[in-house]
Amino acid sequence: MKAAIAGVGQTEYSKDSGRTELALACEAVDKALADAAIPRAEVDAVIRYDWDRIDELSLATHLGLKNLGWMSQAGDGGPAGNAIIHHAAAAIEAGLATTVVCYRALNGRTGPRIGHGPGEASGAEAFQMPWGMVSPVTQFGQFARRHMVTYGTTSEQFGAVAVAARRHASHNPAAVMRGPMSLADHQASRLIADPLRLFDCCLETDGACALVLTSAERASHGPNPAIEVLAGAQASGPGGAAVVFRDQLDVSEATHCAADLYRRAGLGPADVDVVMVYDHFTPFVLFALEAFGLCERGEAGAFAAEGGIEHGGRLPVNTHGGNLSEAYLQGLSHPIEAVRQLRGEAALQVDGARVALSCAASAGTASAVLLRGAG
Amino acid sequence: MLEGLAMPAPDGDSAPFWNGCEEGKLMLQRCDGCGQASWPPGPVCASCGGDRLTWVESQGRGTVYSWVVVAVAFTPELADQLPYAVGLVDLEDGVRMVTTFEGCEPNEIEAGMEVEMRFDESREGQRLFCHVPAGSDRGSR
Ligand SMILES: [Zn+2]
Repeated sequence: MKAAIAGVGQTEYSKDSGRTELALACEAVDKALADAAIPRAEVDAVIRYDWDRIDELSLATHLGLKNLGWMSQAGDGGPAGNAIIHHAAAAIEAGLATTVVCYRALNGRTGPRIGHGPGEASGAEAFQMPWGMVSPVTQFGQFARRHMVTYGTTSEQFGAVAVAARRHASHNPAAVMRGPMSLADHQASRLIADPLRLFDCCLETDGACALVLTSAERASHGPNPAIEVLAGAQASGPGGAAVVFRDQLDVSEATHCAADLYRRAGLGPADVDVVMVYDHFTPFVLFALEAFGLCERGEAGAFAAEGGIEHGGRLPVNTHGGNLSEAYLQGLSHPIEAVRQLRGEAALQVDGARVALSCAASAGTASAVLLRGAG
Repeated sequence: MLEGLAMPAPDGDSAPFWNGCEEGKLMLQRCDGCGQASWPPGPVCASCGGDRLTWVESQGRGTVYSWVVVAVAFTPELADQLPYAVGLVDLEDGVRMVTTFEGCEPNEIEAGMEVEMRFDESREGQRLFCHVPAGSDRGSR
């Protein structure tokens, strides 16, 4: 029994929601259920990000979800987005759940800001923070540097990722950042952790996203085209939590994830029509394109600079504007955009999109789902 | 060496490392079974799974693997210490560690550059090391 995404929902994306994360979560979930025309009473499973401050019981209490039979969570920040969809599909395919809600609610701008403030020097961070590796950008910049050292990738090539995201976001009414951005603007943005500049970094956003999954058969009777989950995959790569201590910072852990994903789906990179990549920092779009076989290793920078990732290019990437320009809901807005592309209702539609890859090569862990539309 | 940053609470796995720093020594675990050094500190050898690890002193020499030059203050204490270079050093012992690169301009840092370890002498609280270009007579700042 294959699983499908039957409904998607999101709140307004803003820099100041003025609302609690619980209120945002409830709104997004209700919208996703309404989109799928599935009543709350039929929800029997909830899967969330382990970082989410709204746990499944809070959500269930306030939405009146009764008798949940499957509750789980996926970890490691951004990669959790595709991972919870993968987990939801696995539960449905195994017959352990029939109607699964996945969500992420985050006051990322007005609430606690990821990577700001001293944090707690525990776990692997104890061997990073005392030397000033105190924010995600100071960790992930190490990977960016290695891509430059090993492959000759340039800041301008990172900039091409940011410019493409902004161009796409300019068509997206929901996007927080829609004003024009040129490559010169990117190059003029201030250095945060050289080689990464301000415009290489994702936004901080208040909002929430949700998806509802059910069996493909049942979803096919809903109001929207059923979006089948062909396969999902996760990978830790070597190093686990101690990401900066791993062997190769210039090769993504997502390489392992991609092999599993394509094998499970019986498809390959050439079958992918549109790609959503978790873009917390611009270089990780390049890492993902290489890991998922969409570019040769070391060639993604040139591919981006030639416009290959833009709408109208060979392989449109993050047609919603991504974390860089649409909103930062830690990667759950990406599969939502993949669904809209496959339904044919995206703000910036890719003609004939039938197979979408939503993936994250975040340096911590990797995740991906391969989705197929009904068309 | 940067001042004012949060210091970890040593635990049973890491205390010999932090105590070594207090004495100006970089202490690492080496596996009695396979001979591999491991980092960060832990109860088990990540290479062979062995649980007999011996603390040994490292000379701290190595080469630059990666680095960033931090230009914004992520905590207020860092505001007057910018910019600083934080990165990864591949030690001769076979492990990769986080360090700060000092004793040269940030734009002089290159991948593969040979570096040596220096411990700070004056600092209040936990002593730490940094790395400077090999042969440099310039100490840490
Ligand atoms: Zn061993």
